[in-house]
Amino acid sequence: MTVDSPPAPVQLDTPARPRRIPPAVLLIAPSIVFMALLLGWPVIQGVLQAFRGDEGFTLDYITRMVEDPYFWPAVRNTLLLIAVMIPLQFVFAITMALLLRSNPRLNKVHFFVWAIPLALSDLAAGLVWLSIFNDRGYLNSVLTSLGLDSIPWLAYDNPATLFLCVLVAEVWRSTSLVLVIVVSGLQGIPKDYDEAAQVFGATFWQRLRHVTLPLLKPSLQVALILRTILAFQTFAVAQALTGQNFPLVVGETYRWYTALQNPNVAAALALVILVASMLISVFYLRALRDKGQEGTR
Amino acid sequence: MADITISHLVKTYPGGTERATDDVSLDIADGDFTVLLGPSGCGKTTLLRMLAGLELPDSGSIAVGGKDVTYLPPNKRNMSMVFQSYAVFPHRKVRYNIGFGLSMAKKPKEEIDRKVAWAADLLQLGPYLDRLPAQLSGGQRQRVAVARAIVMDADVLLMDEPLSNLDALLRLNFRSELKKIVKDLKTTTVYVTHDQSEALSLGDRVAVMRKGQIAQLGDPLDVYDAPADRFVGGFIGSPPMNFIKAAVSGDGGALIVGDQRLRAPSLLQSYSSTDVLLGVRAENVAVDTQRSSGDVPGTVLVVEPMGSSILLTVEVEGQTIKVQAPPTFRTSPGATIWLTFSPNSMRFYDSETAMALVAR
Repeated sequence: MTVDSPPAPVQLDTPARPRRIPPAVLLIAPSIVFMALLLGWPVIQGVLQAFRGDEGFTLDYITRMVEDPYFWPAVRNTLLLIAVMIPLQFVFAITMALLLRSNPRLNKVHFFVWAIPLALSDLAAGLVWLSIFNDRGYLNSVLTSLGLDSIPWLAYDNPATLFLCVLVAEVWRSTSLVLVIVVSGLQGIPKDYDEAAQVFGATFWQRLRHVTLPLLKPSLQVALILRTILAFQTFAVAQALTGQNFPLVVGETYRWYTALQNPNVAAALALVILVASMLISVFYLRALRDKGQEGTR
Repeated sequence: MADITISHLVKTYPGGTERATDDVSLDIADGDFTVLLGPSGCGKTTLLRMLAGLELPDSGSIAVGGKDVTYLPPNKRNMSMVFQSYAVFPHRKVRYNIGFGLSMAKKPKEEIDRKVAWAADLLQLGPYLDRLPAQLSGGQRQRVAVARAIVMDADVLLMDEPLSNLDALLRLNFRSELKKIVKDLKTTTVYVTHDQSEALSLGDRVAVMRKGQIAQLGDPLDVYDAPADRFVGGFIGSPPMNFIKAAVSGDGGALIVGDQRLRAPSLLQSYSSTDVLLGVRAENVAVDTQRSSGDVPGTVLVVEPMGSSILLTVEVEGQTIKVQAPPTFRTSPGATIWLTFSPNSMRFYDSETAMALVAR
């Protein structure tokens, strides 16, 4: 007995598929054009401006920027602010989000109130805090009415209180962004995980450490990247509160561009922020990559 | 291991008006496998969650092993639970998931390893210990959830519809496996399900719930055989129990169904001249194409071959009932057949309250 092998599949001459632009490309084309014109071009311009002098390529502007007496204090202040503010904001935001999750009375109202700073312009926030920390501001009025000495919070020779004021104002203004991200992240975690952990004997801190925070990691990562990049750009609040007494990198950029009328050095400063933001994002993405889940999804 | 005493448990969810559990009292003996069975919204899951401490009752109390745990937080109750959604932590490997409860209790590492290995062996999870839940099938994830629950040496094992997310064949296999595992563990178990066949096959005792109350509590076969009311009879069994409107004759000696008179059991002596509901299971009705004494004629409406039997929908005296005929029985829609109700399998219910009649 021989078994007939099935007939070989017939090769059909299918006409070549007409080459067309894939619809995906067409769909994202407007945004690409938009991004290129409004984002890409200014970036290139900025880079050129920082390095192009009268006789072609030059490092003059970079040198000038670095040798400026305000540059290093500005860098130091910015980094200090980030190092203190970001952890503080995350502790606040996670605490607030967990409080909201426990479903208190007027849950939605709390969330709404806590999200208000998000809708406020940062300059306006700075001016509000200025009216508080001012020598004759609300805070000092309260202090004097309690019989205490008023404190010159924003005096130029008092860097500690200057830093504190900027920190408080910035934490108040921008924690709500982290809160909104964390709350939405928490909502995406089914309640069952937390309940299972409870039934299996985990205490609150054990649940936070072993269940909630690990599951929240994607949201935390997004919030961390966003907040750090935005923290590099802290400007209006500090400007309104301290003027030049507490220099920050973006504040310096502004000063070079407006007061000192030197767009080239300003561009060089902007470049510093750009590079720092990119480095920090790469760092976070690598550091927070889930080692356990690599290659599974 | 411990016994459970639930007394007068009342719970109303905030914003709700109906009681999720309405004055429920239930005693569960040490080592018993109790199934809470009922349609959705009957309060069975609420009762289980109150046992676990995930919900707090408005009033009433729960005692486990003689100790009042009514308002104790879940992590202080020494219980373990299998969730309907499995709730296997997605960010951790199977090994960690199974040992979760033990490592939260800060047990020594070698004890955790030993118990995890034991549970993994029991549930055939050995090859998957170093995988993440995302790399497992639904059935395997369910096994992880069960393994996580049984390593705990808990006083009480709670299960919330653990099989409902599995496909039919897997469910059947895992059901018998689960029964054996829990039997060997000898842990007091409370199991919630809406699937009556699961309840009958697994439970030492079945508590049928309806609208926040326990409608009947008993041995699975008792619950099946002698439903305490029309609801239980209609909920348990596939097809559900038939209920036929009937009346007891003036002398109490005959049961009148339409124009037919059947011999009434002695129970009905004291119910002369009252309307009753006759409850009879589909498999307790004998069918024949020939008439013999005491038979009731019926007209076949639908014939459904089920393989092991044939399910007939029959009209008897203007009422529709389901009858299970042997697979060899041949009939067709429109034919007249003769039905015999076996006297021992007839149950009687009050036509108004739908409660089972008792001799008086």
